Amino acid sequence: MSTMFAAEEARALLDAAVKGEMPDERGRFGPFGGRYIPETLVPAFDRLEAGIKEHLHDSSFQDEYRKELREWVGRPTALTFAPRLSEIWGAEVWLKREDLAHTGAHKINNAIGQALLAKRLGAKRIIAETGAGQHGVASAAACARVGLPCTVFMGAVDMERQAPNVDRMHRLGAECVPVETGDKTLRAAIDEALRCWVTDPHGIYYIVGSAVSAHPYPYLVRELQKVIGEEARQQMLDQAGALPDVAFACVGGGSNAIGLFYPLLGDDIELIGVEAGGTGTGLGQNAATLATGTPGVLQGSYTIILQDDDGQVQETHSISAGLDYSGVGPEHALLQATGRVTYISAEDDEALEALEELCATEGILTALETSHAYAAAKQYAKENPGKRILIGNSGRGDKDMPTLTKYPARTRSYEGA
Amino acid sequence: MKAHERIGAALTAANDAGRPALVPFITAGYPEPQDFISTLKAVAEEGDVVELGIPFSDPMADGMTIQRSSFEALQKGVSLKWIFDQLDSAQGEIDAPLVMMSYLNPLLAFGYEALAERALAAGVCGFIIPDLPFEESADIRAALDGKGLGLIQLVTPATPDERLRTLCEASRGFVYAVTITGITGGGAGLPADLTDYLNKVSGLSSIPVCAGFGIREAKDVAAVGKHAAGAIVGSALVEVLERGGDPRSFLGSLRA
Repeated sequence: MSTMFAAEEARALLDAAVKGEMPDERGRFGPFGGRYIPETLVPAFDRLEAGIKEHLHDSSFQDEYRKELREWVGRPTALTFAPRLSEIWGAEVWLKREDLAHTGAHKINNAIGQALLAKRLGAKRIIAETGAGQHGVASAAACARVGLPCTVFMGAVDMERQAPNVDRMHRLGAECVPVETGDKTLRAAIDEALRCWVTDPHGIYYIVGSAVSAHPYPYLVRELQKVIGEEARQQMLDQAGALPDVAFACVGGGSNAIGLFYPLLGDDIELIGVEAGGTGTGLGQNAATLATGTPGVLQGSYTIILQDDDGQVQETHSISAGLDYSGVGPEHALLQATGRVTYISAEDDEALEALEELCATEGILTALETSHAYAAAKQYAKENPGKRILIGNSGRGDKDMPTLTKYPARTRSYEGA
Repeated sequence: MKAHERIGAALTAANDAGRPALVPFITAGYPEPQDFISTLKAVAEEGDVVELGIPFSDPMADGMTIQRSSFEALQKGVSLKWIFDQLDSAQGEIDAPLVMMSYLNPLLAFGYEALAERALAAGVCGFIIPDLPFEESADIRAALDGKGLGLIQLVTPATPDERLRTLCEASRGFVYAVTITGITGGGAGLPADLTDYLNKVSGLSSIPVCAGFGIREAKDVAAVGKHAAGAIVGSALVEVLERGGDPRSFLGSLRA
């Protein structure tokens, strides 16, 4: 995809992205993004866009948002040096600990921000979709915090593999609606949330959980997630005394990755996004959208998607529900096309092995989504010894216990070399 | 006459004959691909214009009935290319102007120029693209315009007046007035009073206005017929096909 643009054009687009000029007024990240939505939702998107312009960077909103991040979410999250992993990998490994954020993943940064925005826009109730359940839990918690009723749409397949999160949502007062249509995972849940939204575009606020969908969502979610990269950058300078050589983040829709990468775009740091390689490279065996997809329109945005020759969106496979998605945020499509970020994939087995290694060496049970970033970083360290590596530890793995129990823990010891 | 002008002419002819125009919707290749052309012919005998749904993997603006029909058609191998091949083979046998309803991505994958050429040759007069708002439509509109094909705009009760004017001016063939804020196949039926809304749209539009969503019975057709040129019947007809019923007698009953 890096051949999509001439070198000069790629540089100009990247330059604009680094300067914060993306998306443009039409919601485009270069050619990607835009707003492909039913006419019924146009007034709702117009209102949301106007609301973002009025409130998002207004100091009273920012004060309220920052206060919630500090006092309720528990930010800043720690930057943790990983000494044993570093020794085994032959690298200097640092972890940005989004798993320590309230509700256990980066998703809460976005959910509380959008819930506060919904309140200001006068919404009567909130809807959200969820894949791994982390965004559903975060939305349920944020809605309880601001006092708005919450309905979460979740694919029936995901409800089974992330059962603990379904119970958490209920206890947080949200209604969790199983989605039995389509692929019964995240994509179907998004379609169903949109169908619900059109029934009451005035009263409902839709908290989109990733940096996907139609403009202004990819922009809004990035603005609410960039706190990850802003903190990590400063913490690296303070604790490591230098910026990393390379940063890794897992990519499903891409919200934690854009949150980590966006503030680092202008630095001399290699950026690597890691998608779900599933069980192999065949169509339907993975969710490696950027690695194997082509441009198309899915769920509101012109981006890279997994599709067949007829433009039908393909089902995906990943062991991690949060990466199991046929599309990707449009800003990632641009960052790939300009060559600024490299997107690779890690397979199910590699992710499981990485999860186990991190558990045993650093005492951190990370999410299956996040494990993909570790698998790729380990491979990178092998090929590039001695590098300073930053990994976005986007969430914790407690929710994955139903899946993990199917794979008995190995008794291998992870002694340093 | 340009292809898109055939649509308006067919709707107006129905009105001139003293009745609301009827625009039936079917999902192409549903319930059985081998019955596609015979179903289409049956529906075209009763309908003044026929709306042909192109199956898509992510029908986000559709309710359960059309979702189900769409997935089943896809599973049975229905694609846009296949639909064009079938229509080519039935050339001259279908009088009613055809309008294709498709989400954008299958059209994007087909290529806009190739699409316009193939559609015109197959007897298609216009397109309805439910996930393509006016602001994003310049490229495909240009390609369709080049062959005289219409891009039909949807308007809704929530559309602000100024936007309504823009959409009515941009629309070719007819203006698709969505009756309810919701998805297709809603069980609630028509809102009690559509008079103001439909009169407003009809007043702003220089081409015929057809009302769609929630139209299931003869009284619905008659109700919208008082304030619009025609009624679009989708989910209710697809349900008849799903049950193995006769589309002709169902559509006939709507005129009662």
